[in-house]
Amino acid sequence: MDGVGLHKRLEANSGLLIFGILLVSAIGGLVQVLPSIFQDSLVAPTAQTTPYDPSELIGRDIYIREGCGVCHSQQVRPLLAEIKRYGPYSRAGESAYDRPFLWGSKRTGPDLHRIGGRYSDEWHRLHLIDPRSVVPNSIMPAYPWLAERPANRGPDVRRRMRALQALGHPYSEAEIAAAPAALAGLMEIDALIAYLQGLGATLNAGGFDQASRTAPSTREQRPHSADGGDAHFAPEAAG
Amino acid sequence: MAVEQAAGRALRPAGVYHDRAVTALVLCSVVWALLGMLAGLYVAAELVWPEIDFGREWLSYGRLRTLHTNAVIFGFGVSALMGTAFYSVQRTCHVPLFAPRLAWFCCIGWQLGMLAGGLSLLAGWNAGKEYAELEWPFDIAIAVVWVCFAVVFFGTIAKRRIQPIYVSNWFYGALIIVIAMLHIVNSLAVPVGLSKSYSLFAGAQDAIVQWWYGHNAVGFLLTGGFLGMLYYFLPKHADRPIWSYRLSIVAFWSFTYAYIWAGPHHLHYNAIPEWVQSLGMVMSLVLLAPSWATMVNGVMTVAGAWEKLKTDPALKFIVLSLAFYGLATFEGPMMSIKSVNVVSHFTDWTIGHVHSGALGWNAMITFGTFYFLVPRLMGAPLHSVRLANIHFWLALAGTMLYILAMWGAGVSQGLLWLSLDEIGELSFSFKDIMASMAPYYALRLAAGLIFFAGVLLLAFNLFMTVKGRRTIAVAPPKTTGF
Repeated sequence: MDGVGLHKRLEANSGLLIFGILLVSAIGGLVQVLPSIFQDSLVAPTAQTTPYDPSELIGRDIYIREGCGVCHSQQVRPLLAEIKRYGPYSRAGESAYDRPFLWGSKRTGPDLHRIGGRYSDEWHRLHLIDPRSVVPNSIMPAYPWLAERPANRGPDVRRRMRALQALGHPYSEAEIAAAPAALAGLMEIDALIAYLQGLGATLNAGGFDQASRTAPSTREQRPHSADGGDAHFAPEAAG
Repeated sequence: MAVEQAAGRALRPAGVYHDRAVTALVLCSVVWALLGMLAGLYVAAELVWPEIDFGREWLSYGRLRTLHTNAVIFGFGVSALMGTAFYSVQRTCHVPLFAPRLAWFCCIGWQLGMLAGGLSLLAGWNAGKEYAELEWPFDIAIAVVWVCFAVVFFGTIAKRRIQPIYVSNWFYGALIIVIAMLHIVNSLAVPVGLSKSYSLFAGAQDAIVQWWYGHNAVGFLLTGGFLGMLYYFLPKHADRPIWSYRLSIVAFWSFTYAYIWAGPHHLHYNAIPEWVQSLGMVMSLVLLAPSWATMVNGVMTVAGAWEKLKTDPALKFIVLSLAFYGLATFEGPMMSIKSVNVVSHFTDWTIGHVHSGALGWNAMITFGTFYFLVPRLMGAPLHSVRLANIHFWLALAGTMLYILAMWGAGVSQGLLWLSLDEIGELSFSFKDIMASMAPYYALRLAAGLIFFAGVLLLAFNLFMTVKGRRTIAVAPPKTTGF
């Protein structure tokens, strides 16, 4: 009875009602989200994690622009089958320089967090321009325009790096000054490939958790069976 | 109730409800449904025939799919919510809208913002966060319109002539307040030119903030907002009061409290703290209680008016939407259990779950409401009850087929990805599992076509009802509630 009486007062006063909604809906965020924002260990980079170099950064921005994250996750869960299929599971610190994060929510295509170094640059080029030329059953879109545009389109790379520097990414002034030269002559597709080849690459070269990998770490040594550890795409791609 | 034909705006007495913006929002919502679902159909077809983007960027899956989700949620959904909020807040407060010009600004501003925003998505402006892809200029525009929406809505409540604030307004109010909070925090970013920005949050922190936003956009927009619609239009339509006032109080506050916590179930087994995941899971399970309390309240309200279902397609839509609401709010907590989520995460099961809510609940209740509302706005009968009945069966068949196709696809994906053989090696390659999805994707396209055919009937039916007519003027009741 009293509860209902109390509520009668609340629902007769619009100010109280607004305040009540704000208060009640904020509690969850305050208890559950806010502590994470102040937990520095969540965004402390791992020993192998470095800020993206200019071409990787541009490549990542292209990855976002084209909505690659709609179909590809970048998050290997700590499950046996996932570690076997993709490689070491994802650590929080690996995403320390990711604004926004790109862990994804859907795998229409495979996870890409450990894609770096698994295929050659040339394979990626063919695959991005015409996916079905290297993976016959693929339903991935083709991205021919990436090969036709210079990588330094859009906002200047120095502006991008400065914005990230302001957010705490450790770029030096010399690195920022040299960035346009690093992009000279590159097309968008080159930048995107640089980004993809950097994903998990430090792990492939002998980073943490190497022991948990079941397949040899270099592409050439990987088993050619599509049923085996290298289950990403067509087996011929591994050769 | 005094109903009179308006001769024109200038001659309108000051004391009538402002319904013309409502009509405009309802019609815009129908146009967004057509556009957004057409984009959805096209991306579904691209998963069957990947070449049909013809090498054009703006037809490319990654961009068009983003347009699909934004057009249906923020175009179709928000226009419907804004229109029905303006309609019902006047009737539950017995006063015309506060600041009607501002209401027109909300209507036009939102449509132009979404139109330009949709084009920007096709142009590749993408902030990269799900359901928050629009870039910072649009984020600011959205925030401005939203604040105006709040002023009109709460301003109307403040000048009401009935003392108790009716329950539908609690839900619309929660929609306005909580979405403002989520949108502003999640959109914080450092701009780099008009078309690009970097999130203020990084990595795991960004993930936690994003799903606090993303899950509660579902919670307070697609669930809470549409519950506001339910609480006004269902009793109105069934011509019976809400079954239990007390249950509506308990359901509202427990819903508002509990929903916010459930976001981390989108990040199970991801690189965020274990306690955040577990808490997210527990609170997702708790959420079943308020969700079903509302469903029970709705079903019991209709009980006793069942005979109306035989003749009234609008009520049929609303009752069916309650059933899908019950299904989706049961499935959601189940999918948030970590051992279920291991299978369902990253698969088409999620897509199926979203559509059982979006098609079965959001779209159906909106259709039912529009079939009820548009004849009342026009002061004329619906053009064709028969077409609305056909629409009902198309919508039901399309939704069921869609969900079944995605359950099939999702459960098999999830299990096959995790499958290991007797010596502990992976049983299937990713590309083989992906290739086996083809029949499910074809079935989903067929389901979408059936559903879309129904929406075409709705658009035609409402267009014929509105054609050649004006929104009638309705005055509030003379007696006050005080």
